[in-house]
Parts: sequence; structure tokens; C-alpha cells
Amino acid sequence: MSTVNPPQTDTPNMSTPVQPAAEAATSATGVTEANGSHAHPTDWLYVKVAIALALLTAFEVFTYFESVHGWSDTALIVMLVAMMVLKFFLVVAFFMHLKFDAPIFWRLFVFGVVLAMVIYMLMLTAFRYW
Amino acid sequence: MADVLMSEAQTTDEAHHSSTGLSNEKLAMWVFLGSECLLFGGLISTYMFNKDRIGPDDIGPSDVFDIPFTSVSSFVLLMSSLTMVFAVSAITRGDLRSNRIWLATTAALGAVFVAGQVYEFTAFYSEGLGFTTNLFGSAFYALTGFHGAHVTIGIIMLMSLYVMSLRGNLTSERAETVEIIGLYWHFVDVVWIVIFTIVYLFPQ
Repeated sequence: MSTVNPPQTDTPNMSTPVQPAAEAATSATGVTEANGSHAHPTDWLYVKVAIALALLTAFEVFTYFESVHGWSDTALIVMLVAMMVLKFFLVVAFFMHLKFDAPIFWRLFVFGVVLAMVIYMLMLTAFRYW
Repeated sequence: MADVLMSEAQTTDEAHHSSTGLSNEKLAMWVFLGSECLLFGGLISTYMFNKDRIGPDDIGPSDVFDIPFTSVSSFVLLMSSLTMVFAVSAITRGDLRSNRIWLATTAALGAVFVAGQVYEFTAFYSEGLGFTTNLFGSAFYALTGFHGAHVTIGIIMLMSLYVMSLRGNLTSERAETVEIIGLYWHFVDVVWIVIFTIVYLFPQ
């Protein structure tokens, strides 16, 4: 993966990646572009994704307390699946860098996900309807 | 196919010395993760099929699940993904000390999650739900147990990276190794996102 390899340091630095100005520039979207390399998210973008994930998880847990909101089971399942898919996408796209990496990696992973969903949905419907 | 891979490799950060122009190790990890989808897909669908196939007096999901507790451990695992990307980010910029700190933090958060799972299993067992008690128990323990084993393997790999770093064998030239272990770790997190929703939060 080596994008930019500044001199090795042994000092703690837990903030936004520090890269030489001549080699890297951070865009307004929180993505660092380095000369001759593909885009890498900044640490701040990771934090924003984590906050979104935490908020989604909090809302998911809120749906568990049916006595508070009184929503129907169908509405709950639709909302939970939507939030699950959104969380899944956020982790895969940003934390696993698929949004910024070679498309072949995205295709390989999506192929596995879709294949699993098709096979096991067919299996479950087979037991239920056939 | 090779032409497609080569053209796509132009978009990656470096020209790897492989026939595809991509990192073979990273490609292998993505193929592995794609195959893991089938493993967990099988376990999740088996759980969905069997969770309601219990007798009227049998112990079921609503009898044992402690959603607030599991929510906290889910949050811990979710945040471990954040510390993992910080570890990758740190080694990419050559900050080895930060890399070690974030690797150790990620492993610690993973250990907290596994400890929570062990506690949960112990509590369920004491309430009468064993692996062979009913189909729900078998499917539940198989699914969450396999996931817990994956987290444990991830912790071992993270600690191995930590030791490598301490010995000076993990520099920014080997940042891709950390990224690949990170992919595995994030996948384990992604699987738990699905398990937490389908197993714990879906209306029983």
C-alpha cells in the first residue's frame, strides 16, 4: 500500500495524517491526495464515519424498546434492515477503503455477498414454500 | 481479464510487481473475505430457519437475550474498527509508536467484546440454554461462536503485529500487512453488524 513514506518517527501522533505539503493535499471531503497515489481518507473522516455508525447503532437499540415507540413489526424490520445496510456500507466503503481502492476488490467482495444472499434466500424460501 | 485488472491497477496507489499490477496479498484477502460471506451466510440463514422451531415451553431468544448488554459490546467492537483505521493511518505515515498504540487498543477492545461474549454464553447456559438444548440454542451458539472465534483470531494477529513492531520488523514499508489484517478485522465487525441486527434486534 505504501503511498507516501515520510521519515520514520517514533513519536505519538494521533491526529490527522501529517504529510509534506508538496506531496499531499487534503480536500474539503476529508480525503488526502498524494502525488502518484490514490486517495486516502483522513483520520477526521474516519471519526465522522464512526460517529455516524454510533448514532445508527443507538437508533437501532432504541427500536428494541417497543413500549416507547409502538411501531409495528414490519416497520421495525424495514428500518432495521435499512440501518444495517447503511452501517455495512459505511464500514466497507470507508474503513475497508473500498471506495478508494481498485474496483476489482469491490467486485470480488460484492460477488461474495450477493452469492451468499441469493443461495441462502433460495434455501430459506425452499424450506418455506416448496 | 488480465487487461481489466491491469487497467484497474492504474487507479491503485502503487504498481505492484505481479501479473495483475495489484497486490497479490490484498487480492487474496478480498477473495477470502468473499468466501467468508458464504460461511456466515450459511450460519445466519440456519439461525433464521431454526430460531422459532422450539416447543412452547422451550427456552427461546426472548427468554435469554440481554439487549442493553449486547448493545454495549456491539458498540465496543464498532469502535475497534475506528482504532484499526487509526493504526493503518499511523503506519502509512511512518508513525510507528502511534501504530503500536492503536494496534494494542484495537486488540484490547476486541478482547472486551470476546469477554462479553463469554459472559453472555455463561449467563445463557446458567439459564438453561445449552448447545444441544434445542435448535435455537444450537444455531445461536454455532453462529455467535464462529464469530467469536474469528474475533479471537483477529486479536492474535493484532498482537503478532504489535510484537513485530516492537522488534522493529514492522515499518511503513510493510504498511500493507497492517492494512490486510485491518481488512479482516473490519470484516469481523461488518459480520457482527448483520448478526446484531438479525439475531438480537429483529422482533422475536
